[in-house]
Amino acid sequence: MPQMPWLNRAATASEAVRNDTDTPQRLVTLRNVTLKHNSTPALRNVDFHIDRGEIITVVGPNGSGKSTLLRAVVGALPPSTGFVQRNPKLRIGYVPQKLHIDPTLPLTVRRFLSLPHKVSDEQAQAALEQVNVTGLAQRQMVGLSGGQFQRVLLARALLSEPDLLILDEATQGLDQPGSAAFYRLVETLRRDLGCAILMVSHELHVVMAASDRVICLNGHICCEGAPAQVATAPEYRALFGSGTQGALALYRHDHDHSHEHSTSCPDDCEQSHEDNILRVKT
Amino acid sequence: MFVDDFLIRAALAGLGVVFAAAPLGCFVVWRRMAYFGDATAHASILGVALALAFDTSIFGGVLMMALTMALTVSTLSGRGYTMDTLLGVMAHSALAFGLVAVSFLQGVRIDLMAYLFGDILAVNLSDLIVIWSGAALILALLYWRWSPLLTATLNPELAQAAGLDPKREQLALTIALAIVVAVAIKVVGVLLIAAMLLIPAAAARPLAKTPEQMVLAAAGLGAFAVIGGLNTSLQLDTPTGPSIVCVATILFVISGVARQIIRGRN
Repeated sequence: MPQMPWLNRAATASEAVRNDTDTPQRLVTLRNVTLKHNSTPALRNVDFHIDRGEIITVVGPNGSGKSTLLRAVVGALPPSTGFVQRNPKLRIGYVPQKLHIDPTLPLTVRRFLSLPHKVSDEQAQAALEQVNVTGLAQRQMVGLSGGQFQRVLLARALLSEPDLLILDEATQGLDQPGSAAFYRLVETLRRDLGCAILMVSHELHVVMAASDRVICLNGHICCEGAPAQVATAPEYRALFGSGTQGALALYRHDHDHSHEHSTSCPDDCEQSHEDNILRVKT
Repeated sequence: MFVDDFLIRAALAGLGVVFAAAPLGCFVVWRRMAYFGDATAHASILGVALALAFDTSIFGGVLMMALTMALTVSTLSGRGYTMDTLLGVMAHSALAFGLVAVSFLQGVRIDLMAYLFGDILAVNLSDLIVIWSGAALILALLYWRWSPLLTATLNPELAQAAGLDPKREQLALTIALAIVVAVAIKVVGVLLIAAMLLIPAAAARPLAKTPEQMVLAAAGLGAFAVIGGLNTSLQLDTPTGPSIVCVATILFVISGVARQIIRGRN
């Protein structure tokens, strides 16, 4: 049945109606979703949901299914089994990983903000102000610096007045102060706009300090929970804390206790944690 | 009536083609589909042969073949062969099969040159109607799908997140491309259709700051190439279709050089 997209969509609609009365805050639900790329599963048995106003960070090594998860949330990939429910009125703002603009395509920042939906000059101006890049409207997209470019992408995503803002490794290619500034901005915007944020990072040790939940993905959900407090030790703060003005924190993976998935968590998952996590002793 | 003059008819035919080709050519440039246009155009020779064999309209035969080719290529891409290999195989084999098929048609005397290079001076009123209807159809289709197409061209995932279907937009473009090939075959011929798509759009690039400006500039430069090419061919007694392409190419060189000079100054 889940292979039939029309049935799937029907289920989505009716579930969403029920959800509206049960939990009006739920934006997207994935229930027991398995997604296959040519017969090899990229995601296995994923249960996942996003509520209104939440900040969720998904971390995982390369090839762990992060992008697949995002595409399932967006609706670009139908699940092989299980189902995806989206709030029927859900508006998604999407900031892609890296947007390559062909140099043969002339495109000003102002024109880009009107894609695909036309916005007024006032709206465009306001969106650029929100992300602190005023005065760029008439510049060519290909001439922007990496940081400016990502902010313009963010401004465009905000123009759709999203309930859910999706950031797909949005700071790839920015240096650490640059990405810290970007995430501080996202945090401020979230406070002002109240949209939920789903962000993806392949840097296992760096997540937004403001995340409500961190989900560790490696083909399946290895573990999830609130991010650990930023280390109070001065040497760690010097490394990650004050240097980023608290925008980035270490996510502390604690594998000493047993969690729900521990029996199914394969060794490679543990391994990837060990490789990438700087353990924080508080 | 003024359309009695063969030169006026030729100019109107050429203008119809370049106006339809301007937005389409921009997409061909932005999406790097130059070979795609070539393959579709080459396949249309097979369409000519089939139309003659079954005694149906040339326009219909070419349109069917161009559509078949365009759809086949979009379906097959990403299945074991890279796009350029696939297009290379299909473009040239379609042309070869077309030429072989035409040779079987002994009963009909065909001026093959007219289909390979076009015969703009022989355009009659019904050709004009076909060309301008086709152009109007293409412009309407692209005007309707403009914003989604542009978004999907920029980034498919961006389009997807905005609730658009990039594959459907690609299909609209493919159909428009097949139509332009079918209407342009009389004007510039199979071998030069891709040039009329590509060259005005490429020449327009340095003059434009937005996609829409590039389309308008491509239309203007294309129109200049048509009028200039017609004049040249009249003065120097050169073949008309190739003359139009030559003028367009000169414009391309001028705009490219102008850009280098302006850049050098800044």
